[in-house]
Amino acid sequence: MTDEVQVLDDPIVARFPDYVRADDRNGFEGYIVAGEHLLAFAQAVRDEMGYDFLSSLTAVDYFSEDEGAESFFEVVYHVYKSTGGGALVFSVQVPRETPVVPSLYHLFPGADFQEREAWDLMGIQFEGHPNLKRILMWEGFEGHPLRKDWQEAYYEEELKPFGNRWPGGEVYRIEDKRPFGKNVDYPAGFDPMQWQSEAEKAVYDSLSKSQYEDDDRLETDEIVVNLGPQHPSTHGVFRVVVRLDGETITGLEPVMGYLHRNHEKIGERNTFIMNIPFTDRLDYLSSMSNNFGYALAVEKLMPRVSVPERAEYIRVIMAELTRISNHLWAIGFLLNDMGAFFTPSLYAIEERELILDLFEAVAGSRMMCNYFRFGGVSRDLSEDALQLARSLAYDRLPRKIGELDSYLTNNEIVRTRCEGVGVLTPEEAIAYSAAGPILRASGVPYDVRRADPYSIYDRFDFDVAVRYHGDVYDRYLIRLDEIYQSIRILQQAVKDIPEGPFMGGRSQYQVRVPAGESYGRVEGPKGELGFYIVSNGKANPWRYHIRAPSFINLTAMEKMCLGQKVADVVVVLGSIDIVLGETDR
Amino acid sequence: MYGKGIWDGLKVTLRHFVQSYIDDLRWGKKRYYTEEGVAHRRSTDTAGIFTVQYPEEKLPVPEEFRFLPFLVYEELEDGTQQDLCTSCGICAKVCPPQCIWIVQVNDPETGRPVPEPEEFFIDMDICMNCGFCAEFCPFDAIKMDHDYEMSVYKRHDKNIFNKAKLSKSLTYYASIRPKNFAVEDAIRKEKAAKKAARQRGS
Repeated sequence: MTDEVQVLDDPIVARFPDYVRADDRNGFEGYIVAGEHLLAFAQAVRDEMGYDFLSSLTAVDYFSEDEGAESFFEVVYHVYKSTGGGALVFSVQVPRETPVVPSLYHLFPGADFQEREAWDLMGIQFEGHPNLKRILMWEGFEGHPLRKDWQEAYYEEELKPFGNRWPGGEVYRIEDKRPFGKNVDYPAGFDPMQWQSEAEKAVYDSLSKSQYEDDDRLETDEIVVNLGPQHPSTHGVFRVVVRLDGETITGLEPVMGYLHRNHEKIGERNTFIMNIPFTDRLDYLSSMSNNFGYALAVEKLMPRVSVPERAEYIRVIMAELTRISNHLWAIGFLLNDMGAFFTPSLYAIEERELILDLFEAVAGSRMMCNYFRFGGVSRDLSEDALQLARSLAYDRLPRKIGELDSYLTNNEIVRTRCEGVGVLTPEEAIAYSAAGPILRASGVPYDVRRADPYSIYDRFDFDVAVRYHGDVYDRYLIRLDEIYQSIRILQQAVKDIPEGPFMGGRSQYQVRVPAGESYGRVEGPKGELGFYIVSNGKANPWRYHIRAPSFINLTAMEKMCLGQKVADVVVVLGSIDIVLGETDR
Repeated sequence: MYGKGIWDGLKVTLRHFVQSYIDDLRWGKKRYYTEEGVAHRRSTDTAGIFTVQYPEEKLPVPEEFRFLPFLVYEELEDGTQQDLCTSCGICAKVCPPQCIWIVQVNDPETGRPVPEPEEFFIDMDICMNCGFCAEFCPFDAIKMDHDYEMSVYKRHDKNIFNKAKLSKSLTYYASIRPKNFAVEDAIRKEKAAKKAARQRGS
């Protein structure tokens, strides 16, 4: 929007001349909306322009200690059309002293957890949010960790690399300098021995927000049951609080954050390249996809970096193998959750084992691959590894997935247990910002690889898998369908992969990233994985936000479970397929 | 017919069950505790039991496998050890968890830095095995190891490695990563030859 004429012609600014203006900062796109008119604008965006899918909602702290420089918070929204196409980005700027923004909860229910996260970590108050409380940190925590003036428990320096590592090299452990107990800030007058958590009460109170009415039932008392945090079916440390009427669920709230390590704050201390191995640890079952999303987001900011052909093919091969291994894991453990104890999951993991062997030979590690670089990949794909990929794509995987299909798909117990359970309609799925297999199992054929193609996905011949019932069984089937489609892509990719360099230019340890914002998203195995990055032209990202599909897909969990039986919670959770490393970040 | 799906599924389980015996019989004793057997069990045409009986059997690690860094030294003809590291500090700067500390030495007479580290520490507890140090080292002086059996009883005493504990010879490096070593060695020799030619010319 540098061109003056273009700004005047801009239809959105022309439509709302009073309170919308184009973002003219260098490297930024989108619109800045006046806070008090946000709801009207968002309503028009959703209903008139058709941007009905709220992909990402996050806040940025433009904090400056310089005199004269303006400090403010910016809440950034990325919305898409569920029929495909690019993003509409708009943001609201609020002063740091009174960070109040109207909540989009009632327009986009998918904003629920994301607004709570922004409140928790950045301290933005969303007016009108019915349940605005902490989500990742604990209730009673002091401060908002992602604010630039907040320091973590083992704070050393503002930015990496830290000064004392070289050339002085004075070695010490940071926990020896700031021993446990002295490393945490408490609220004024806080006595840990006397403190009673208000979190429990807040959680139980919030259950009454949802209304489930069924006139046929008997009058009974309701009880609250905690599933987890320590429960084998929660795939990690994750807790679900359900309110029950008999065995029927009348309210449900996921409680998370037990594995929270403030990944985004770490990411803002890191330099750009240091974040690549950290993204491996988000969704640790599909590290290659995480690398892909982050590399795409940063490469968008670096116009001079171009990815060579061979590297693009390697990236696609790796991303699709990751999808297959992730879906095998998801299917295996869904069956595990249903009580088919470990036989299906072990059959599924056998194939995953071979894929991980390939990753190990190529990237050096089975799960923490750390394979992508800005402008390519870190190592070439050797002929042996390519041969393994070929034999997997053409021979082993199709045969074995077929076996898994015939093993489970028509099993009467599986069908009885899954069909009609946890239904999410297409409208609800879009409204709740559900992504990936959840969205497509509800009958919305939305796949980022087709809807907003990245890398070289527009070259491959594949179908967007879609199923129409929106229940757990369809979420199981959609994963099988996607594995078949991934195998199709793989077969084309291993056939067409050209010779050539695997890296555009030399891999640099100091990356120059021009100032600006970028949102890179990929179709990860669990759904749309987005990285929102703001660079101020220095060596470290100013803001590093992850749109984590596991986290946002949980927003719809209550909707899926209301009216079901308590035993179905486990199955529904298994069908959402979360990884806590990504949910809690 | 109701129950057909379950029966079809059970046939798959039965096939897996029978197959494990068929494969065992076909391979005999060679299938377990031999390199050949392990290689077969991880190949794409394996069937039957997948399990590798660690620690009696170990999967061979591929050349690119990375686990914890080590420093490479060259053995000179007179028996002394020459560090390849020049203490330039790139590994310490690129390390994501910042677990590398280097002490650079200055020549007492000229006051200029000497291209070798006086001390070199890596906190193995917080190393995340990303391999950036090895990837970006311009002197091929720090490399990722293959030895993954590192458990100790007291991590606070034992897991900050110093230079003596980190150093391994170039011969060891060549043995774990022959392909990479061949490439790097060729470049090194070429450079040495050029340098020698320049010295002769001047």
